[in-house]
Amino acid sequence: MISEPNTPSTSDSERDSRILKSYWRKNLGLMLVLLLIWAGVSLGCGILFADSLNQYYLPMTGYPLGFWFAQQGSIIVFVLLILIYALAMNQLDKAHQKSRTSGKDTPS
Amino acid sequence: MTVQGWTYLFVGLTFALYLGIAWWSRVRDTKGFYVAGRGVPAAANGMATAADWMSAASFISMAGLVSTMGYAGGVYLMGWTGGFVLLALLLAPYLRKFGHFTVPDFMGDRYDSKLVRIVAVICALFISFTYVAGQMRGVGVVFSRFLEVDVNVGVVVGMVIVFVYATLGGMKGITWTQVAQYWVLITAFLVPAIAISIKLTDTGIPQIGLGSEIKETTVSLLARLDGIQEEFGFGPYTEPFVGKWDKVNVFFVALALMVGTAGLPHVIVRFYTVKSPKAARWSGFWALLFIAFLYLTAPAIAGFARYFMLDSLNSAKEEQLPDWFESWEKTGLILWFDDGDDAVRYSAGDRNEIFRAGSISGPELARISRNHQQWIESKGERGTDARTLLTEEGLSGPDRDIIVLATPEMAELSNWIIAFVAAGGLAAALSTASGLLLVISSSVAHDLYYKILNPSASEKQRLLVGRGTIGLAVVVAGLFGIYPPGFVGQVVAFAFGFAAASFFPVIVLGIFWKRVGTIPALCGMVAGIGVTAYYVVGVVFFGMDKWTLGLSAQGIDPQGVGTFGMVVNLVVTVALTPLFPAPSKKVQALVDRVREPEGWSPPINIDESTKQ
Repeated sequence: MISEPNTPSTSDSERDSRILKSYWRKNLGLMLVLLLIWAGVSLGCGILFADSLNQYYLPMTGYPLGFWFAQQGSIIVFVLLILIYALAMNQLDKAHQKSRTSGKDTPS
Repeated sequence: MTVQGWTYLFVGLTFALYLGIAWWSRVRDTKGFYVAGRGVPAAANGMATAADWMSAASFISMAGLVSTMGYAGGVYLMGWTGGFVLLALLLAPYLRKFGHFTVPDFMGDRYDSKLVRIVAVICALFISFTYVAGQMRGVGVVFSRFLEVDVNVGVVVGMVIVFVYATLGGMKGITWTQVAQYWVLITAFLVPAIAISIKLTDTGIPQIGLGSEIKETTVSLLARLDGIQEEFGFGPYTEPFVGKWDKVNVFFVALALMVGTAGLPHVIVRFYTVKSPKAARWSGFWALLFIAFLYLTAPAIAGFARYFMLDSLNSAKEEQLPDWFESWEKTGLILWFDDGDDAVRYSAGDRNEIFRAGSISGPELARISRNHQQWIESKGERGTDARTLLTEEGLSGPDRDIIVLATPEMAELSNWIIAFVAAGGLAAALSTASGLLLVISSSVAHDLYYKILNPSASEKQRLLVGRGTIGLAVVVAGLFGIYPPGFVGQVVAFAFGFAAASFFPVIVLGIFWKRVGTIPALCGMVAGIGVTAYYVVGVVFFGMDKWTLGLSAQGIDPQGVGTFGMVVNLVVTVALTPLFPAPSKKVQALVDRVREPEGWSPPINIDESTKQ
């Protein structure tokens, strides 16, 4: 934890750009997964497959499943997606910042 | 105390609160005026964003829409909340890292072009004015019913209040007022929903209540609702894809609203008011959480209201008509024209007897009413049947705007709850109106005046222009409220389509694809807006045949064409990009900047960066 910030040099700027690349790649990966879930619950379960899902009911309730996804389920999932994104990205920010100052290479 | 007495009390108290906050948070510099000094905590910004975003349309109209549309109402619920996911993941943190005041700022700098900046300003102004017009209609509806004052008086009172706190406190004043308005509007929305849910289903949580069994029976509320709907010729409530809402149209409209939401300038600017990108992400989460409280309750209110309406109106005789019916009848938002059997019938098709006045004037309505009375008394010999007349005008069924405001009355809740809902409706309308006025003001004062017309303007001059623009915009918005343009409802869809087809693709590409240059982006925007505008104007105003795109036999709804416009924008921009030079080193460095982790480079000094 206790490390001196490195003085800038050419190898540092190379490492910096490696860290930035890794940061951006992980960001894109995370986003892609979350956006797939986003499309899956709303456009998928809520619309494209709503008619077939409507034959089933949400357990313990009177909600037909397709209707539930369109009017309740997708909204709940949306809130969770943003929560996960905020937590994960803030973590990524911190980890990459730390690997820069600690002089270690890209975090795994 | 009467409903009116309570309403005066609540409206007076809440207005005093808003003005008090405005005085406490008055500002002197442009940074405070446009981005609240960037010191707003994430959770507070989330509340402000939620209040900003949830307009009179969300509060007053949305549950009504869901109520009459059933399953298809989900397009509004999913569309408007789903957009926040796109906003929080694809836009907010990057725009915050970029660090200027407005969306046209980002567009102008990223594409290094005055023309792009001007196109962006025009889009922002168009979207904001369309929206403001809708808010004023909301203020009018609430005032005319609950304070029984002239609509015009109500609009003027609302405008004066907004003017005072928007010019005094700028973004800072608006932010803190919106935090207060959020609590007013959400409590006002939840209290009746909870009370009705207990009344109908014995559950204190409306979201569960909607999926439960009706009190003292073993029939689920939704199943019963499906049954009544079918009995009266409406499609079953929970069944997807009935009537004009086929699968393709539901998909197109939902996606257009999602993407349109993410491109709305008055929501995007809110992410500039927080300290850091980390706080921008958190405020995205808080915003959607706070919005979800209302958006998850709306479908419950919608279902309850539909049940009450069909159940209590049908086959009621004149003397059994519920009180709420009579008080709303005066506003012309719900009307009954009997077929002669002295019992109400609210159904689909020719035998329906429930209507609304729409834009028919008072005297005209009185004449229609007299002729109908004559028609009944003479058993069809003389006079005219108002039912055929109104059906032809497309005025079957009650005005959707009354659902939220009338549901507490339907469920016979206490007077203070009914009055509180009115205060909530006003909070929703005023908070959105003030947010929009600020976007209008910053678009004109910052992007047009300062960045293009007079780059050497002093801080004082810029503030003066900013405040002056708000004054002017308030007057225009007030005029929209007093002389509501008939096309407002239709133009709101246009605004979303416009936002979806213009801003969203080029902002996202600007962040995620460094190679995109100025000309492809401009061509993409123009093509996207062009196609969308051509289609909406053609179909809505000139009766053009709808396009089917080979997907839907009944054609694409104008509300959904933004999805198509967005694809056109994307395809044009992406296809042209390799043919034109890559952006300059300066722009590439800017894109690299917004992709860095937080705190990587020293923070951008706003005052430096605005000096170019």
